Amino acid sequence: MKAHRISGGLIDRTKPLTFSFNHERYQGFEGDTLASALVANGIKLVGRSFKYHRPRGIFSAGSEEPNALFQIGHEAHQEPNCRGTVTELYDGLEATSQNHLGFLSHDLLAVNDLLSPFLSAGFYYKTFMWPKSFWEKLYEPVIRSAAGLGALSKRPDPDVYDKGYLHCDLLVIGAGPAGLWAALNAARAGARVIIADEDFLSGGRLNSERFEVDGMPGTAWASKIAEELQAQDNVRFMTRTTVFGSYDHGIYGALERKTDHLLESNGKPRQVLWRIYSKRSLLCSGAIERPIAFGNNDRPGIMLAGAARTYLTRYAAVPGQSVAVFTNNDDGWQTAFDFAEAGIEVKAVIDTRSDCRKIAPEGAMPFYGDQVIDTKGRKGVNLALLKSGAGVECDFLAVSGGWNPALHLTCHQRGKPQWNEAINAFIPSPDLPKGMSVAGAANGSLTLSAALEEANKEAHAISEDLGFKTKSSPAPTASDEAYEGAPFWYVADSKSRAFVDLQNDVTSKDIALAHQEGFRSVEHLKRYTTMGMATDQGKTSNILGLAISAHYTGKTIPETGTTIFRPPYTPVPIGAFAGRSRGKDFRPTRLTPSHQWASKNGASFVETGLWLRAEWYVKPGEKGWRDSVDREAKAVREGVGICDVTTLGKIDIQGRDAGTFLDKVYTNTFSTLAVGKVRYGLMLREDGLAMDDGTTARLGETHFVMTTTTANAVLVYRHLEFCRQCLFPDLDVHLISTTEEWAQFAVAGPKSRALLEKIADNPADLSNGAFPFMACGEIAICGGLKARLFRISFSGELAYEIAVPRRYGHALFERLIKDGKAFGVVPYGTEALNVLRIEKGHATANEICGQVGAQALGLGKMLSSKKDFIGKTLGKRPGIAETDLRLAGFRPLDRNRILTAGAHFISNGQTASLENDEGWMTSVAYSPGLGYSIGLGFIKNGDKRIGEIVTAFDAVRDNSMDVEIVSPHFVDPEGERLRG
Amino acid sequence: MIIEHPLLGPRDASEFTYLGDASMIERPDPDAPDAADAFYDYLHIRDNPAGEHRELWFHEQGDRSWLVVTRNTLTHQILNVELARDVALKARRAKK
Repeated sequence: MKAHRISGGLIDRTKPLTFSFNHERYQGFEGDTLASALVANGIKLVGRSFKYHRPRGIFSAGSEEPNALFQIGHEAHQEPNCRGTVTELYDGLEATSQNHLGFLSHDLLAVNDLLSPFLSAGFYYKTFMWPKSFWEKLYEPVIRSAAGLGALSKRPDPDVYDKGYLHCDLLVIGAGPAGLWAALNAARAGARVIIADEDFLSGGRLNSERFEVDGMPGTAWASKIAEELQAQDNVRFMTRTTVFGSYDHGIYGALERKTDHLLESNGKPRQVLWRIYSKRSLLCSGAIERPIAFGNNDRPGIMLAGAARTYLTRYAAVPGQSVAVFTNNDDGWQTAFDFAEAGIEVKAVIDTRSDCRKIAPEGAMPFYGDQVIDTKGRKGVNLALLKSGAGVECDFLAVSGGWNPALHLTCHQRGKPQWNEAINAFIPSPDLPKGMSVAGAANGSLTLSAALEEANKEAHAISEDLGFKTKSSPAPTASDEAYEGAPFWYVADSKSRAFVDLQNDVTSKDIALAHQEGFRSVEHLKRYTTMGMATDQGKTSNILGLAISAHYTGKTIPETGTTIFRPPYTPVPIGAFAGRSRGKDFRPTRLTPSHQWASKNGASFVETGLWLRAEWYVKPGEKGWRDSVDREAKAVREGVGICDVTTLGKIDIQGRDAGTFLDKVYTNTFSTLAVGKVRYGLMLREDGLAMDDGTTARLGETHFVMTTTTANAVLVYRHLEFCRQCLFPDLDVHLISTTEEWAQFAVAGPKSRALLEKIADNPADLSNGAFPFMACGEIAICGGLKARLFRISFSGELAYEIAVPRRYGHALFERLIKDGKAFGVVPYGTEALNVLRIEKGHATANEICGQVGAQALGLGKMLSSKKDFIGKTLGKRPGIAETDLRLAGFRPLDRNRILTAGAHFISNGQTASLENDEGWMTSVAYSPGLGYSIGLGFIKNGDKRIGEIVTAFDAVRDNSMDVEIVSPHFVDPEGERLRG
Repeated sequence: MIIEHPLLGPRDASEFTYLGDASMIERPDPDAPDAADAFYDYLHIRDNPAGEHRELWFHEQGDRSWLVVTRNTLTHQILNVELARDVALKARRAKK
């Protein structure tokens, strides 16, 4: 048996690596990919195809690979669909093949291949139409279990991902000969350069070919240039980094694989998603070889000709011992020469061109003007049948249909590739993304000397453009031959299936069928046949599909068109996009000043936006949340309670015109508010619907402090800045959000005054005469701490809100608890806060819901007629101003029943229908004071129907009941308590 | 996208919040006889051009300036960036 590994290559034989494939152990070397190590172990069958479960082998040597997909790693680390051709080998790597039931060599689903006449394009759409009831129970589960590439571990990803930002003058994409040379020249000129390549070894095709540059072997030249670049301070040299997307204004997305080539990450990020900001970019992404479609062209042992050279030259791995080459161009012949040179038997070179006069290597039979029409061999090719009738026995068939520039990134801003007759391929459109140039094979300059020449020219032009002085110097000299080829896409005489898209099992017959059924535009063709989809995005197949489609439509390839490429160039794990924003780190958590105290004292927390607020505090012996909430609400009504209300938005408003400004944004007037007073304000959107409410205090002639609801703090601030800068730019007023700067606590209940007097520095007069309802001012507390005191009440009780700089918040909360013991103080959470406000009939976001104006809220009187304000004009529209919806209170007729918010009101005796809908319940709570469930809601003419019985209809929760309409003020409707 | 802030230089678009058409600056005269119609048009009737578009961006994660950005909606090319307050003041002066 002949060796699969020969001497030479760019692998380190002093570093052997052990890996497993389908649980068998094998050996490779550092510098191998998984694919090259499999080739070097003589393994040809590496997986099964997506649809027909046909045996498949390694097809390419790069990121375009359609076949050689593996699951790498195990348990939570398991990752499906890894392309073995770009998976760097490491010691302990575990790979398994995908897409088969049972053993890889005896896949039970291979029966699909026999059923292939029934599995053509559009088969799903046509077959599983009826009976309809079969879809959910039978068809879908069966299809789902058979379809898909690879399997997920279904466990949380244990790896760490990171994100980063980079800036440069020039981003060079690809570190092949063109990229290396251009980067070096720009760096020498003084530009800050980033050069990135998806491979772990720079040099591109130089590592796969036997070219010379400047009199040195190509690989040596590449490593010399790379070394020089790495030594420069103004260069960031990034290997294992795929630039996957070109975005607006010179921004690029790049994925750097930090530890994918190691067995353990050791806590380091596995991958880093970079956002690269570049002034200019140079795309040197090279070219991708395309196959030719012919009968049974998908057998293991059939490989792209350039990839065959990569395995042989770079990895010293021999993919076959008796080789045939099928080509339409001179480059394919190079594979025959290289294999012959390495002492491997080359049986034949089949060239589609009858005028080709190239001399075959010794022992190889040339077939000019001939075609491979079919192949034989069960788990790998063993015979190639030619159109001329000849048969070539071989265990390896290298195929070259020419090269396509890897122009994907030029399309990301809608650039449309252009057809180039000279190389029979699409080249980049001149309409490139901002700042981008293209050089080398990516631009259609397919020979080495042309690529270097172009890179030299572009580097010079870009450096000048960036403002660096450069001398124009000659490009390195390179040995290579002119690239010549004749267009040839598929073997029309093949009777067997010819695979166009190996990954999706799309054959030339599927394309013919699509054409026959009317799916003739490229975009339709793609979606009907699935050609060009999945992980390889048609890198090797799209052009063949186009060519065949062009044949059926009788058009040329450029007339048929091309699909343009979107990011990403190669797959990017979702984990990389998420970066560190996972779990609790998905978004920041805002903690209130009393959080620490609350968490030690039985608080249960609720998320309100980013904030965590105490919803209630559990006392020993309390059996459920209602016990705690009832106790807290009662304590406020009877004694005194403290609630952290820091989360309410606070906006500091200052300037000579601050009052005028508030008049514009609130419906009611604030310019007349006396210093030392607070006023409740209602804010509308310009369309006349209620936006937010809150209190605003006048601390000085030119100084106000506004509060907003917790939920709307950001939106109101944004709105106010819009009003200030865009609508009323000549007012002298400035705004700043101070939500975070002030800790604010509600001190509520009949004993609140006594508690505050206790912490106030003597003497403090908080009597009704000195500090009445809606007063505000500065007060010294706790021995010299200056606090802001507001006499406002959300609960309806005698109440205050006290604000201190945030750093004193925790201490003040503790002090209020300590000094409040004598008054039976309780801390209360958001639930009790809600109970108290519902009992009082105060609106919150449930009522100010974006569907109602001031009138429905019962606040029509707050619409000033003496001035303009935001929302005034459109708030007069009949739908808002003349609505008969009014906020009302509700209680169940059967006092033992519990109301539900969202119930709709239906007049008694009417059927529950949209026509009879009279409004809806917005908020409900159990009132511990009243001893039954109460609710607020909007109902037609609610203010005039007090005492009427209606149905609260709630079919969703099966909780419909009769309710009585009552005043929304369940407690102290005259407001005596809060003024007490 | 990168927005060239008149005061702060080039800033990433992710620092901004988008509002929409810059015509929002031109709030109608509430005392005009046709104010109701004018406000209706102001609030609800917008052009949706394929091409140059003047729009409002708020530098929320920055200096909290509202900017008028002239952007080509087809290419994302940004042609001009102004402080919205300057635009609004200029418009006021022109009216007077």
